[in-house]
Amino acid sequence: MNLVVPIKLVPDLVEELVIDASGARLDPDALRLKLNEFDDHAIEQAILLKEKGAGQVTVVAPDIEGVDDALFTAAAKGADRLIKLTGNWNNGVNNHALARVFANFVETLRPELILTGVQAHNDLDGAVGPQLAEHLGMPYVGYVSGVVVFDNKAQVRKEFPGGLIAEMDVVLPAVLGIQAAEKPPRYVPISKVRATMKTAKLETFPAAELETAGAPTTVRLFQPETGARATMLAGDADAVATRLVEIFREQGIL
Amino acid sequence: MSYDLLKSVVVLIALLIAGGVFGWRAYQLLWINLRRGQKSPEAFGRWGERVKGVLAYVAAQGRLFRVLVPGTAHFFIFWGFLLLSLTILQAIVEGLFAFIDPHFKLPIIGEFGPLALIQDFFALFVVIAICYALYLRLVVNPERYKGSHKSQGVMVLSFIMTIMLTLLVFNGIAINLHKDSIAAWRPISTLFGLPFAGLDKTAQFVVGEIAYWLHLGVVMFFLTELPEGKHFHIVTSVPAVFLRDLDPPGRLPKAPEFDGKLGVSTVNQFRWRQMLDFYTCTECGRCQDVCPAYASAQILSPKLLMMNLREHLTARDGKPLIGDPISEQVLWSCTTCYACDQECPLFINRVKTIVDMRRYLVSEGRMDAQLQEALAKLGRYGNSFGQSERNRAKWAATVQPKIKDARKEPVEYLWFVGDYASYSPSVVDITRQTAAVFQRAGLDFGILYEGERNSGNDVRRVGEEGLFEMLVEKNVAALGKANFKTIVTTDPHTYNSLKNEYPADATRNTQHYAELLDQLITSGKLKFSKKLDYTVTYHDPCYLGRYNGVYAAPRRVIEATGCRLVEMPRHGDRALCCGAGGGRIWMEEGAVKERPSESRIREAVALDGVSVFVAACPKDITMFRDAVKTTGSEARLVVKDLIELVNEAMT
Amino acid sequence: MNSDIFVVIEHLRGQVSDISYVMLAAARGMANATGGKVIAVILGHDVETLARDLAADRVLYMEHAAFADFSSDAYQRALEGVIKEHAPRAVLFGDTTMGGDVAAWLSTHLALPLVSACRTFRADAGALKFVSQICGGKMMAEGDLPAPTTLVLMVPGGYKPEQGRAAQAPELARVNAPALDDLRVTVKDYVEPAVGDVDVSKEAVVVSIGRGIQNQDNVELAEELAKALGGVVAGSRPVIDQGWLAPTRLVGKSGKAVKPKLYLALGISGAPEHVEAIGDSEMIVAINTDPAAPIFDIAKFGSQVDMLDLMPVLTEKVQQAKGL
Ligand SMILES: Cc1cc2nc3c(=O)[nH]c(=O)nc-3n(C[C@H](O)[C@H](O)[C@H](O)COP(=O)(O)OP(=O)(O)OC[C@H]3O[C@@H](n4cnc5c(N)ncnc54)[C@H](O)[C@@H]3O)c2cc1C
Ligand code: SF4
Ligand code: SF4
Repeated sequence: MNLVVPIKLVPDLVEELVIDASGARLDPDALRLKLNEFDDHAIEQAILLKEKGAGQVTVVAPDIEGVDDALFTAAAKGADRLIKLTGNWNNGVNNHALARVFANFVETLRPELILTGVQAHNDLDGAVGPQLAEHLGMPYVGYVSGVVVFDNKAQVRKEFPGGLIAEMDVVLPAVLGIQAAEKPPRYVPISKVRATMKTAKLETFPAAELETAGAPTTVRLFQPETGARATMLAGDADAVATRLVEIFREQGIL
Repeated sequence: MSYDLLKSVVVLIALLIAGGVFGWRAYQLLWINLRRGQKSPEAFGRWGERVKGVLAYVAAQGRLFRVLVPGTAHFFIFWGFLLLSLTILQAIVEGLFAFIDPHFKLPIIGEFGPLALIQDFFALFVVIAICYALYLRLVVNPERYKGSHKSQGVMVLSFIMTIMLTLLVFNGIAINLHKDSIAAWRPISTLFGLPFAGLDKTAQFVVGEIAYWLHLGVVMFFLTELPEGKHFHIVTSVPAVFLRDLDPPGRLPKAPEFDGKLGVSTVNQFRWRQMLDFYTCTECGRCQDVCPAYASAQILSPKLLMMNLREHLTARDGKPLIGDPISEQVLWSCTTCYACDQECPLFINRVKTIVDMRRYLVSEGRMDAQLQEALAKLGRYGNSFGQSERNRAKWAATVQPKIKDARKEPVEYLWFVGDYASYSPSVVDITRQTAAVFQRAGLDFGILYEGERNSGNDVRRVGEEGLFEMLVEKNVAALGKANFKTIVTTDPHTYNSLKNEYPADATRNTQHYAELLDQLITSGKLKFSKKLDYTVTYHDPCYLGRYNGVYAAPRRVIEATGCRLVEMPRHGDRALCCGAGGGRIWMEEGAVKERPSESRIREAVALDGVSVFVAACPKDITMFRDAVKTTGSEARLVVKDLIELVNEAMT
Repeated sequence: MNSDIFVVIEHLRGQVSDISYVMLAAARGMANATGGKVIAVILGHDVETLARDLAADRVLYMEHAAFADFSSDAYQRALEGVIKEHAPRAVLFGDTTMGGDVAAWLSTHLALPLVSACRTFRADAGALKFVSQICGGKMMAEGDLPAPTTLVLMVPGGYKPEQGRAAQAPELARVNAPALDDLRVTVKDYVEPAVGDVDVSKEAVVVSIGRGIQNQDNVELAEELAKALGGVVAGSRPVIDQGWLAPTRLVGKSGKAVKPKLYLALGISGAPEHVEAIGDSEMIVAINTDPAAPIFDIAKFGSQVDMLDLMPVLTEKVQQAKGL
């Protein structure tokens, strides 16, 4: 079973988000990138599948700063091949372009199953997964939280609003958008990541031409207006509690 | 064949069998098994100190007196055993040579009056001590014995009792029969002979011989039993104390690595010196008695841990260590407070052994979700709060004048602030007060700003050695950019790691702020403007007190502020852990009877007139403020940091 | 160029979901600006019932057995033709577990631009602009809605669902479904969420706890507070993931939407997936130690005190107040 996980890095929301002078972009100097949380789940799901049966997990990522760490960590967890796609990623890239680049390369790997994170918090032009599926002519199911693979199909659990879960069959090869791996992503000790850095090989391939069509252009970024913010109650827990009881009374809750 | 010849033959055979059994078992356990262990550099060097240790802790039984009455009883049993081993030797030799001379005496040992007198009295003392020990075990049965092998304990006591009584009886009869040339030196034996004095000679001879055979039989049987279970400590305690780990307790050895995985998963992966510990445990339960984890949830008993490890070692089945009965939960329960190791009369190390097994769990990724998250945050941001490292010195933004950046200008003191003091919203105010105190005392100090990372002390104790190394590298790099003479830390955990585990050339001289305050007060640099009028109690943080022996400095500081210090029953090296150490603060709590922090607050509340609970560790503040709430003690007690007292007395 | 706004109606097991009404409300504003019509698109059966209160000018519907369940494959193929044929100004999808599977595929397949996470639209000198909510609600991105046709994935929060409801059923027009054999994605079975527990969506007071609760032991404090207030405890996903509350207590995208009189959010950051399900609450009170937590953007009252400190005190005061 040939499993491919294309990943991307997103701004770490722990850092303050600063809008640059153009007003349309996040200031790259203030940004720190980290692996998209859902991609981490996709990697975990791929490795869980690999552990259940034979298979090879290939993780593919654009070659940008910080990606080595993410790839080595994936290898320490059990990924077999690590691939960086080199190209002009400097100006950031939208998911349409990313999906084209991934599709172009991933096709050569002849994957049977592609797992992607179902979304990323900075997606502005849809998720990568369904676009990748279209380019490769594969079916797509997103918001998946469990996968079992049979001969030529995958049985997946997909979550609907309200907690209803559908068990679906998907014909392989296919692309799945992973919302949650069956188990939370595992912890790999740093010593293992470091040892992996010494042994694992990072392969690089040139990315196809970046073709950004299909995404909107942002004219302006802004932080959500704070005018509608809550009235803040000051004081210690006791004072706040007293005030809240008054408010509950006024609102007829008590 | 004459009776005397027969006696010699039987004694010889018994000696060969018993000696053979003992020798074979001891060979198996001490040679074969220990040789499977790993190298133990900690067991060698500093020989003078080791000899002293044997004198202080074996000969003088130093640590046993920490539990006074039973300790005293053990002292007499131990010395009695040692002195009377000579009479046992005499008894054996007497039997062996009976065919030449039925009253054969060893030169000196058998004929030296004063020695006989001492031995005679010690036999009595041992009998009394054994009676007490039996009473303790069978009637009092203190909690600390829970889980120990009771029948084994009672059996050994009965053996010793029999050996003593029979000795006194056959000595007494020898005196009655005028076969003892130094009878005058044996008043106790004479006393024990009295009841038989009325019998005729033959009858007395028979009783004497029965006592002799009983004596010898029990001695021989005891010898064969010696390598089993807890009595083996009779053999191993001297080497255990002599070869004890002399490294500072706050310095963990590097993680062992097997097949690319760090940590210990089978018993043979321990160092042989650790294995010796397993044999040496006497099951006295002193460790269990002081263990906060045991008291709060009864999942981990440091004593049972040792006993279980011993079983693994003697079973030699190569089974995985972790599972049943040494569960993951057992290993994660430890707060690494060091109370057990401090208490153990035989210097058995648990913390290092527990961490070795935790290291394996971490290398397998086996840990609870909360801990995993904390480690991931520490790996990414260098702090367990998961906040940006750029915000590490955010607390200092409002401090005036601005605190020096030690990376940019030389300072005398480099203040290593630590995670909790930097990020925890509930303690940053204390951190600012610390800065204010330093400034008012005219201290030339600076901080590393964003350059600082978690020191890794607790990361290491969780078992994440690789992450610890990474944090050390980053901190050492930041320290390398700074020009300073002394490091002062807020957090005792940080203090421990910097002082004991970091490369010495990177950290130079490391102090805890309690020590620094003490110096500033003594040297007159720090002056108070008023006397505080509180009655306070002081909690010794594990990593300041037990680990690093800093007990007096904080107490002197408290007294200098004018406060009256009332000690809790558990203070100094007996202080109860707050429950946060060893990474416990990052883990799921699980079901507990009573949190250590709550037990501690109740202990303080029970003191007359004490209204302030003083701590000297940011984690303690967090833990104890919570415990004051959960125990409903707000009206009785406030938790203050030492620095808050100092600050208050200065303004 | 067609100036109509198409709305792909999302429905699950005979129920039109709220996001569909939100989209209709948004579409009405857009159509007013473009001078076009609002066209609802329904793939399904029993269309009369589904369409009866949609505030649309017209409903295009397709009926096919394949629409009985949601299959991304079926939806993609069915919508492909409709969009190609009509080339409307915009096609709105819910940015949900259903819309998300379809729109991005169509964008690539039809070479049409796609905007996701869109919260509101604005007409600016005749040009349509979108405003999307990204970076976990911390950032808004505004831009021109590319002409002539753009696909849009919409999140709730910008429009009230009531505005997407109409008293009268719109006119229905049937469109023939394409051949939908050999679907590569098919539903085999449904797993119901566990039942028997309280229904948080119907409660008047919801005490909702997030990751700030820190551990299972503290859940009891929230239970006591809820009891004093006469409400129930619900939670954000981390709390449910930990198993500290039953899955039926999940509020948010993957759980229930609530509309209580009081929604007391304790230690919840206010991630969009959570917030979208609490917007209909009459009053939100948020307790969070982080002053920058997005939850304060939608709360009426807030405080930065530690929730663990507050809960016991508040419980006591509420009990006192009730006793009086
Ligand atoms: C497809 C999808 C579906 C999802 N569905 C849902 C859903 O249905 N429901 C849902 O909730 N989430 C859902 N999520 C997850 C969502 O994105 C967030 O991860 C989640 O809501 C965050 O939960 P939280 O606010 O409890 O945790 P966090 O974001 O970690 O916030 C915890 C907050 O508690 C505060 N805090 C910490 N300690 C204290 C204290 N002592 N006192 C006061 N405040 C404190 C912190 O400042 C922080 O703001 C979904 C995500 C995806 C992708
Ligand atoms: S480890 Fe030490 S203190 Fe604990 S039972 Fe054994 S001998 Fe006693
Ligand atoms: S270090 Fe402390 S918590 Fe750990 S076993 Fe020893 S006494 Fe118990």
